[in-house]
Amino acid sequence: MANVITLKRIETTSPTRQRVMGVLFLVLGLAIWFLFGRAAEPGTTASFGLVPGGSQQNLPPWIVPVAPTLTFLAIVSVLAGGFQLARGFKRWTNAVLGVVAFIFIFSFLVSAAAGKSLNLGGLLATTLVKSVPLTLGALAGILSERAGVVNIAIEGMMLVSAQVSCLIASVTDSLWIGLFAGILAGGVLALLHGVLSIKYKTNQIISGTVINILATGLTSYVSAKFLQPNPELNTSGIFKPWPIPGLVEIPVIGPILFNNTIFVYAMFFFLIVLHLGLFYTRWGLRLRSVGEHPKAADTLGINVFRTRYMAVILGGMMAGFAGAYFTIGSVGRFDEVMTAGRGYIALAAMIFGNWMPFGALGAGLLFGFADALATRLTILGIPIPSEIMLMIPYLATMVVLAGVVGRAQAPAADGVPYEKE
Amino acid sequence: MKTKDAPKLDAGKVLLEEVTTGGVKTPGKKRSLWRTLTVPLLAVITGLIFGGIFIILTTPEVYQAFGESIGAGLKAAWDAVWTAYVALFTGAIGSPARWVSAIQSGDPLEIRRAFNPFLESLVASTPYIFGGLAVALGFRSGVFNIGVEGQIFIGAIFSAFVGYSITGLPGFIHIPLTFLAGALGGLLWGYIPGWLKAKTGGHEVINTIMMNYIAFRLSDFLLSGPMKAPNQFNPVSPPIQETAMLPRFFGPPIRFHLGFFIALATAYLVYWLLFKTIWGFNLRSVGANLFAARYAGINVTRYIILAMSLSGALAGMAGANEVMGLNHNLAMAFSSGYGFDSIALALLGNNHPLGVVLAALLFGTLRNGATRMQVVAQIPIDIISILQAVILMFIAAPAIIRTIYRLRVSPTETTVVTTGWGR
Repeated sequence: MANVITLKRIETTSPTRQRVMGVLFLVLGLAIWFLFGRAAEPGTTASFGLVPGGSQQNLPPWIVPVAPTLTFLAIVSVLAGGFQLARGFKRWTNAVLGVVAFIFIFSFLVSAAAGKSLNLGGLLATTLVKSVPLTLGALAGILSERAGVVNIAIEGMMLVSAQVSCLIASVTDSLWIGLFAGILAGGVLALLHGVLSIKYKTNQIISGTVINILATGLTSYVSAKFLQPNPELNTSGIFKPWPIPGLVEIPVIGPILFNNTIFVYAMFFFLIVLHLGLFYTRWGLRLRSVGEHPKAADTLGINVFRTRYMAVILGGMMAGFAGAYFTIGSVGRFDEVMTAGRGYIALAAMIFGNWMPFGALGAGLLFGFADALATRLTILGIPIPSEIMLMIPYLATMVVLAGVVGRAQAPAADGVPYEKE
Repeated sequence: MKTKDAPKLDAGKVLLEEVTTGGVKTPGKKRSLWRTLTVPLLAVITGLIFGGIFIILTTPEVYQAFGESIGAGLKAAWDAVWTAYVALFTGAIGSPARWVSAIQSGDPLEIRRAFNPFLESLVASTPYIFGGLAVALGFRSGVFNIGVEGQIFIGAIFSAFVGYSITGLPGFIHIPLTFLAGALGGLLWGYIPGWLKAKTGGHEVINTIMMNYIAFRLSDFLLSGPMKAPNQFNPVSPPIQETAMLPRFFGPPIRFHLGFFIALATAYLVYWLLFKTIWGFNLRSVGANLFAARYAGINVTRYIILAMSLSGALAGMAGANEVMGLNHNLAMAFSSGYGFDSIALALLGNNHPLGVVLAALLFGTLRNGATRMQVVAQIPIDIISILQAVILMFIAAPAIIRTIYRLRVSPTETTVVTTGWGR
């Protein structure tokens, strides 16, 4: 890990990257001005509702004067770009990039809501909910890939688990048993992935493809054969939101963060546990060493195969948990191919977040935001097709992968089967 | 890893060995041919056995019969599998009895109906041939094109657009033009990840997966707006001009069209390109050992881009084939997983054009037969995906097959290039 950190230091201070970033900030600032600012008529305001629908809180909307705000934000971005080109933010470049990106998105919202009202609280609450399967899926990927096993089967694991948890919850009439079964199903598929890729040293991408094809076939088969003729097998009910007493009273943040289902709380819990586990415990060090340099780890007496199996199966269980969200966490019913590629967005979130748990959360939130916004664009009358918004996660990942905005750093032995000599 | 250490030894020799053993098998050696065929054949057979077990496990009647007696249970289990696979067979090939009676009756419509299942299997195989060739060409050249599905979509979009928007051309110009437009669309969608891999090192697996979804969203967008047929409620494109349709050989209900022969010709072309030209030699060299190829003076960057572009173009042809031969317009989600199945069948065909054609015929037959199986035996068509996944698993991990059937390890084992995205 120390190695990775030093590499990143070198990269963030490389002159080319400094210049690219400076130009990017400038372009974003000018874009705010030309795309949003110029169209704003003087005197219009944007009204942001701060309370998501269904909340008890009663707050006045936040009124933002459009033209002055946009002018101010454009100037801030341009100044950041100028400073970056002249002196450079050095170590803080990534943080400033985040701020500028945030400014750009906010400017977009201000311009979109000009003369209208937009429920910002609702938008953020939806963002959080939509990011749950993406972040959890990304965490699943991190667990497996940090140990050196590429996992593109998150999609398949989520799909199977969605069905299993819904089916079992319907049969047993218990959501908790359903959730448990879903997690188990993810673990079983991961075991298959592990056996294929660790024991038989199959190409891990092919092994993942096997699981994805199998998952699509299996779930559609069971759905067509059993769930459609017997609708009573496909009505699981859902976990209800569980407001945390006290915290939910906090203005604005309360209803967004603390009035959710257990899936959202569990996401934060797993996020912190995984981060601490990976980077501050012996378990995490061993797991990462197996993914970075398995031979060295083996020399030091770490059982590479067992560690990899453990990581892959834990990752599968995490994907299973994420999959359960689709049925017993949100709609209470299984539909064929209902994950609709979210497993691949989770994969994208993992890469975008640089194989880091908190990076995965950031990417998950960003992609969830794009998803949440896509459904509201037509309501706001913005002439950007929602399909274009939905492309953002994929495009962003390709850009990151190409190293334009800083290179993603995969574990060194990711995807390489380990041969014990 | 073998590929990494190779240049230290003797790059030229290793390169030559890998390219020659990975290519055409030396003729006249029956044992070698048998060796090549053993694992795929056993994988298919084992896949079918697994499918049978799965059918038994998911048939409630079997459990009821076992409740009565073990004999009744076994009979019910056998019946379930027998009905399913007979329906699969007759659905895919047609029933020989019906052929005879149809020919005796002399009624042309009845004859067409009797032979339709077989020809329909060929129709279903056609996109598989293109898709399988795309993946196989990629594997041979050392790139993993998992983006065939997206390239099929883009190919279909391009060819549908050229097919319906250009009017007044004679068929012998419009058909090739529309078909090549599809190939061009796929080529573009393959070029981008190829360029990204060669120039920036972005792994093509991630990039092609991402581009799959960009292609899906793009087609959703185009079909709900710019390319939507004006007076249609459903999101479909206008029908293509008649001059752009691939000709069908027989009257309805037979849909068998020229695409199948184009696919066979393309397969031969790919074989010729890969094994008989310098380009092909260079592509395979890059695929067999990137470092040795670079050492031997091959422009690796160019050939990686070329490999992805050609692979994409082949996939795009699959899209054009579906639009021009079958659907005659572009609809949402028209390709249900051809791209991912293609990975399975390319590996089943040992990444050789001839093998790909055979594997595609098998998969097309299964897919077509499963439609009838669904009607007759109430086995959902998705059993095919399960079969394909199991077959792919056995092909990718031949050690499992060898353990089951106690085979010896063959010395000329060709493994797929293993590349993670760590580097």
